[in-house]
Amino acid sequence: MYSNTFGRLMLGLRSLKAASSCAATRRAASRSGFSRAAVWRQRTLRQQRSACAGMQQTSRSASHTTVDPGEVKRFQLLANKWWDEEGDFAALHAMNDLRVPFVRDNLLNAQTERHPGKPLAGLRILDVGCGGGLLTEPLGRLGATALGIDPVEDSVRIARQHSSHDPDLRDRVSYRACTLEELSGEEEQTETRFDAVVASEVVEHLADLETFAICCGRVLKPGGSLFITTINKTNLSYALAIVAAEYLLHIVPRGTHDWEKFVSPVELERLLESNGFLVQSVQGMLYNPISGAWSWTNSTAINYALHAVKQDDVDEDSGSPLGDQPEATHS
Amino acid sequence: MHKLTKVPLTLNGLGRCFITEKHLSAVNIIRRGLVGSENGRDSPKTEVYDVIISGGGMVGSAMACSLGMDPNLAEKKILLLEAGHKKIMDRAPDTYSTRVSSISPGSATLLSGIGAWEHVTRMRCKPYKRMQVWDACSDALITFDKEDLLDEMAYIVENDIVVAAITRQLDSLPENVQVKYKSKVVEYTWPMPHHAAESIPWVKVTLASGETLQTKLLIGADGPNSMVRQKLGIPTVKWNYDQSAVVAVLHLSEPTENNVAWQRFLPTGPIAMLPLSDTESSLVWSTGHRLAEELLELDEESFVDAVNSAFWSNENQSDLIETAGALFRGALSAIMPSAGSPRQLPPSVAGIGPKSRVMFPLGIGHASEYIRHRVALIGDAAHRVHPLAGQGANLGFGDVACLTQLLSQAAFNGKDLGAIQHLLEYETERQRHNLPMMTAIDLMKRLYSTNAAPAVLLRTFGLQATNMLPTLKEQIMAYASK
Repeated sequence: MYSNTFGRLMLGLRSLKAASSCAATRRAASRSGFSRAAVWRQRTLRQQRSACAGMQQTSRSASHTTVDPGEVKRFQLLANKWWDEEGDFAALHAMNDLRVPFVRDNLLNAQTERHPGKPLAGLRILDVGCGGGLLTEPLGRLGATALGIDPVEDSVRIARQHSSHDPDLRDRVSYRACTLEELSGEEEQTETRFDAVVASEVVEHLADLETFAICCGRVLKPGGSLFITTINKTNLSYALAIVAAEYLLHIVPRGTHDWEKFVSPVELERLLESNGFLVQSVQGMLYNPISGAWSWTNSTAINYALHAVKQDDVDEDSGSPLGDQPEATHS
Repeated sequence: MHKLTKVPLTLNGLGRCFITEKHLSAVNIIRRGLVGSENGRDSPKTEVYDVIISGGGMVGSAMACSLGMDPNLAEKKILLLEAGHKKIMDRAPDTYSTRVSSISPGSATLLSGIGAWEHVTRMRCKPYKRMQVWDACSDALITFDKEDLLDEMAYIVENDIVVAAITRQLDSLPENVQVKYKSKVVEYTWPMPHHAAESIPWVKVTLASGETLQTKLLIGADGPNSMVRQKLGIPTVKWNYDQSAVVAVLHLSEPTENNVAWQRFLPTGPIAMLPLSDTESSLVWSTGHRLAEELLELDEESFVDAVNSAFWSNENQSDLIETAGALFRGALSAIMPSAGSPRQLPPSVAGIGPKSRVMFPLGIGHASEYIRHRVALIGDAAHRVHPLAGQGANLGFGDVACLTQLLSQAAFNGKDLGAIQHLLEYETERQRHNLPMMTAIDLMKRLYSTNAAPAVLLRTFGLQATNMLPTLKEQIMAYASK
């Protein structure tokens, strides 16, 4: 029975990854199209917005050919199960008990105003790889204006439908089927940036974390928060996510997880800090397959959550707030 | 046949109480999911509430008020549906009502938390500091009191006053809490657990006026014959005690301090005298249906005599029990000379309030589940007890406190208020408290419903031994005053 529950966890996490890995492949495509030099150029050219926008368009047209139809198809089958609290995504539903307070409390710490009943009122949050909106909805319910993006259209459709019934969410939560790169290009045009970006159980499937970090930086307001939850790159995570789930229990097809893509907190921290973020905290998370509940732990050996803040202007002209930039670009 | 079905239901209930809920939850959810789901397509303009509470009695209105005052729920739309009319009361009426409740300090804390307790104390309530329980078949007795009689053990309050006090608070709340009086629900429509694409995921409530409301969470506070519970088809462990309670307002023959709650176990059922004021007390006499009817028929004077003799007479005692009891008590006091407390005598009754005699049938009922998808049951809708321990209202207020706290936390975590997860927590926590209490009350009722010598001896020894053990008594009191 334990193995069963455990299997469900792995399956649940896997299925989410199916979603996010589509995003990953797109991102990978954008990277391979331009090579690392292009990425670096992208960084140096950040102030030349028009050039950037051009790049995004190219990457978007490229992405259409790189999405794995098999992954999309498998995911379409699972899309209806997003909101089954006891189903394949049970572990993700349960993870809300940690990740919602994690996001909420870190955002509240930075705020001086208090809105009883709607603690996150007035904040714009982007949920990258939102799937069925499991995390987007709670953030919307807390008063934030939340946008969920996911490359899998079926998931986005489910997410839209699910939130459409709730009058509280109708005005606060919206979804789009797109990638972070696509959005980061547009966001600069519309000059609407986010107070926080949330990427929960997503980054372990990205081929190019650097691009991800850059894009997060571009959609965030200065001082905005980046929240990431993911799996560490340790022997233990290899044993649980690959050996146990794929080879011993045969719950997940072999080769689903690529341990090489898992990222350790140290590595992630280094990467973010070199891209203009300041890491505030890293906390370990532990799933108990018997009780089906998550808890905080000191060890980051398996799952962990990270909170980073975008520093005011690392790659920007010193002193000029980012919000002013797009106007200049488009005139 | 009826009895046979009771056993597995009780076991089910106890099992759910003591085994970790998580193992069962999956099964329960599936089972719950299968029950009655249909979905009408209505105009999308129907109003969606966050919480609808069905039933505006003491527990239901306390629930509405408690949710409405929680800061984390400040933005939620809450609606209370009450079939009766609004009861406004500025000051206590001249005569006492016969329907009274014993309000434990825990319940008083809840009520003062929602601001209603100050209205209660301003209107009328009577604290008591001591409780004496004794047996008609022996000299055994047990007394409960707080140290040095300084603290109140509980309060006797008329139900009407509690409702009026809460209503007053409800009026003072901002618009997030609405009350619809004189509204009768004719139909509930339950949603699918994880709704299929197009269907409405909320509970639909149809009123007799034709109005249709939707809610993310429905709280059933509609009493022992709960329509919510019946419509959900939640199985209930219940049986009637073949007893009725006769209630009346008693006038004492002389003014006393009157701060003791008296209860005597007669072979026909317990009789209790609960203080209302220095000169008046409330009577709750549980007895067989026929005897209860006879008591109602009696003229006032004979009724008063019957009450007095029920408290004072020794006719049920036998020499054997008395000797055995005395020996046991002697032995106990040799071991612990200081423990125990002296016997006191209840005040004698001189008359009764005009037309205050009423009877109603007694029973026990326990819903095997307190929750379903987007529904929770509270108060008598979930559990009904014998009045002998004065716990009925307190169990209900305990539900209110527990559910408020869990819903407040859920809202602060951005959850859907109707999600099953925190409702399961509510069920586990309350069944863990309510079931042992109900079992104890039921056992006590049964143990005292006989005058067979072994049972009498057992309870005589048990009562006397318990009376000598202050720590045990403190624990009992702590449990009962939650």
